[in-house]
Formats: sequence, structure tokens, C-alpha cells
Amino acid sequence: MTVKLPIYMDNHATTRVDPRVLDKMLPYFSEIYGNAASKTHAFGRAAEEAVDKARVQLAKAIGASSDKEIVITSGATESDNLAIKGVAHMHREKGDHLITVCTEHKAVLDSHHALEREGFRVTFLPVQQDGLVDLAQLEAAMTDQTILVSIMAVNNEIGVVQPLAEIGKLCKKRGILFFCDAAQAVGKIPLNVEEMGIDLLAFTAHKMYGPKGIGALYVRRKNPRVRLEAMMHGGGHERGLRSGTLAVPLIVAFGEAAELITAKQAEETARLLALRERLWTGLQARLQHIYLNGHATQRAPGSLNVSFAYVEGESLLMGISDIAVSSGSACTSASLEPSYVLKALGVNDELAHTSIRFGIGRFNTEEEIDYTLERVVEVVTRLREMSPLWEMVQEGIDLRTVNWTGH
Amino acid sequence: MAYSEKVLDHYNNPRNVGALPKDDPTVGTGVVGAPECGDVMKLQIKVGANGVIEDARFKTFGCGSAIASSSLATEWVKGKTLAEASAIRNTDIVQELNLPPIKIHCSVLAEDAIRAALADYAAKQEKHG
Repeated sequence: MTVKLPIYMDNHATTRVDPRVLDKMLPYFSEIYGNAASKTHAFGRAAEEAVDKARVQLAKAIGASSDKEIVITSGATESDNLAIKGVAHMHREKGDHLITVCTEHKAVLDSHHALEREGFRVTFLPVQQDGLVDLAQLEAAMTDQTILVSIMAVNNEIGVVQPLAEIGKLCKKRGILFFCDAAQAVGKIPLNVEEMGIDLLAFTAHKMYGPKGIGALYVRRKNPRVRLEAMMHGGGHERGLRSGTLAVPLIVAFGEAAELITAKQAEETARLLALRERLWTGLQARLQHIYLNGHATQRAPGSLNVSFAYVEGESLLMGISDIAVSSGSACTSASLEPSYVLKALGVNDELAHTSIRFGIGRFNTEEEIDYTLERVVEVVTRLREMSPLWEMVQEGIDLRTVNWTGH
Repeated sequence: MAYSEKVLDHYNNPRNVGALPKDDPTVGTGVVGAPECGDVMKLQIKVGANGVIEDARFKTFGCGSAIASSSLATEWVKGKTLAEASAIRNTDIVQELNLPPIKIHCSVLAEDAIRAALADYAAKQEKHG
């Protein structure tokens, strides 16, 4: 079987909308186009019914006990902002301290930075070398003033899965709310807000083969009832937590995408794990000096982040331009700084510059994995042959002893 | 990021990749940059008895623009006298390769590599009299 190029293997960034999801959403543009808040006529009621159904699908996907706990937003970034700022502003009287982790998504980190400017205190916990939070450190950081702990389920760069149930237990013990950014996790790992003690959870459609521009925030209504201050004011939609006319077609698609991905989670996990292992063992068999970033097994099934020592990441991307992946190299970002996530793992800058993130997803095939493997091996080999660092290492020079002229 | 055709050409068909014997007194070697900054260039020149650069080689760890800048630098120094080579400016490289502002440091590094190779050659000449 021949491979169709280019290959998309950047499923952490976003995913293709599943054709089944697209089919479900299209009639809501042209036929069932009412405003879900227009309860006085049939158009509005049909739209409302569709939204209600999607809300049940979304609640089920994360194990929520009621569809009333789902607040529709524009995506995970908005959900992150609403959860963190909403809790902080509502509970200001109770305490002024929040805890999060330095490898969180920028939407979480920057929401905390914004709160710091308002006078809140934030602890940014480090991670261990495998990317996981140290639970003892988390517990030690909790104080009587702590109102919220925000820790993601699956890291967007390295794919590691945090010990959510244990974190939930620690939070419950201290009466602290637990917010989880699960943008990369829903449908990809077993996830249940009741079993894991999660009080707020952000997720989004476009990471699960749904459309961009739609997400949700789970807000627990019982044990405890979580109260938030709204950011978006207006018509009082979503029980006052997020005003704005509901994007019915997108919500329908989101619900469908969530149902599809969770229904096949176990089966798809096995398939993705097999593809990932095929790629990783293939790379290891044919290339020396390559390193896996993040915990080896406690990671989302489609996620593989590898450093190819002595080959700069952007030049590697350029060589495999018919395969869409991404890099932790500074050259691919505007800041010229290598990935802060890899740095937090203790990966040195030199190796961070050489990292590639493979995001294997629903539409990737074994043939695509094999093609990717061949191309990566070919390009890494070629670039190493023209790498002065590789030459020095072959000559037995320890690169740490070289007096570099940094610029 | 969109690469210019010239950058792509140098990346795909780099000129003068390789190494010259670094202990040869007629060879000057310059190594600039640092691995933690994401780019290291090694540029070598071989100077003839008439003071003209008769050969050049490079190896680069860096992005496509860094590879292209050093590949172009080796092309340019060949056939030039030492004085002519030292007159090559990074802005010439920027112009030739259509480098965007974020990649200007690659051209600076290439200029530094030429200078370092020239300085190494000069130091060797002094030593060997």
C-alpha cells in the first residue's frame, strides 16, 4: 500500500474532524438553525434539544453525574481561564493561594500570572525527571490559604499522565478544589471526575476529532458545589457562568466526538500503543543517541517525544517536510527559547533543541508509521554526517569540555 | 515558517560539507556557536601558496537557515584572497538567502565562522613562520 503524502502526525496540536462528526453537525447550519435560547418556537426548541443531548454525551464522557455540570465555552483556553480566575475571584475571602505546575499549558500558567498581578500568591511546582508531579511536594505546598490546585491530565508536549486520583485525594483531604485541564486526555486515557475527585475539568472538541472553537468546563455541583465568578457577562446563558448564544452545530459535533472517542477508548488505545511502539522500537534499533522525553509508560497512547542528539530540531523538521510533526526546538518558536516543558524535566537546552513530538492519532496507519520511521532515520543520519557535534563525539571529544562561543 | 528557495536549495544540496585536516598548517578552522543555543558551525579554509583560498568545508548543527548560511559562506570564500574573505558581511548573506529577521543570527554566526577560520590560519602561519 502506498502512503498518501503529506502525513499528519501532529494530533496534539489539533485533529481532523471525523466524517461522522461532520455529518452530524451540518444540518444544524442549514436546517435546524434556531437559537437554543428561543424556547417559544419550534426552531429554538429543536436547537435546545440538540444541545441537551450533546450535554449528556459530554457529561458521560468524563463520568460527570449530571449534564447540568457542563458549561459550554469556546475551547480549553477559555475553560482554563474561567476555572482558575473564576474560582480565585469567588473564593478570595477564603484564601489567596493557588498551586499549579510549571509544565502546564500556557493558558493555565498565564491565568495564574494574571492572578499574581492582582495580589494572589501562586506556587508553581517543579516536576520530576519523568515529567510527573511529586505528590509529597504537592502536599507540602498546600496551606490553609490554598483555594485551588490546577494540574493537567495529559501534557501536551510530552504526553505524560499525572496521578489524578492521588491528587484528587490530597485535595479532598485539605478541602481544596481540584481543577484539571484535560484537553489532551478525554477519550485517550481512562478519566472519571467522580472516581478521581476532580472538581473542575476543561476539555475541547478539536483534540478529539471534533471542530475547533468549542469546549467545555465541567463544574461540580455536589460534594462540594463549586461556585465560580463568570468572566463573560450578558444573557445569562450556561446558568450565568458563560453568556453568549450557543454555537449549536459545534456543540452537536462536540457531543458526538466525545461519544465516539470514549466508546472506543480501550480498543483505540491498544491500536495507538502498537503504532507508537513500532515507531519507538524502530527508531531505537536504527539510531544511537536518541532519548525519550517523559515517563516511559505513564503517557497518553499516541504520544512520543524524542530527542535526536546532535541534530537540531528545526533542520530535522525541514528534512521530513512531508510529515507534519512539531519540535521543542527554539527555532520553531518566536521566543528563541527551547521548550519550557523539556527544561522543567531537566532536559538540557542542547537536547531540547533536538526534540521532535510525534502525535499519533485515529487516522494514522501502520504504513504511515513505517514511512515516518524510514524518513526520520534517513534525515537524522544525513544531518549527523554534517553535524560538527556528531563529528566531535565520534572523535571521542566530551562536548561539555569544549569552550563554546555562545552568542 | 516559509523558507526561501535558496535556503531550501542549500539545505537539500549543501555545498562543501565535510572536513579538512585541521593540523595542516595551510588549513584554518573556525568553530563558533554553542550547542545549548541551538547552533554550532565549523568552517574550514585551505589557503594556497599565493594566499588564495583554494578549498573550504563546513559542518553545521543548526536550523535550515544556519546550514544554508554556512554552505553559502564556503561557496563564497573559495577563490577569494584572505582580505577579500574577511570583507564578507552577514548582511550579504541575509540578502542572498532572503533570511527573515528571526534568522539573522544565523548569518552573523556564518560571518563569525569565516573570521574564526581566518584567525586560526593566521595564528598557524605565525607559529610556523
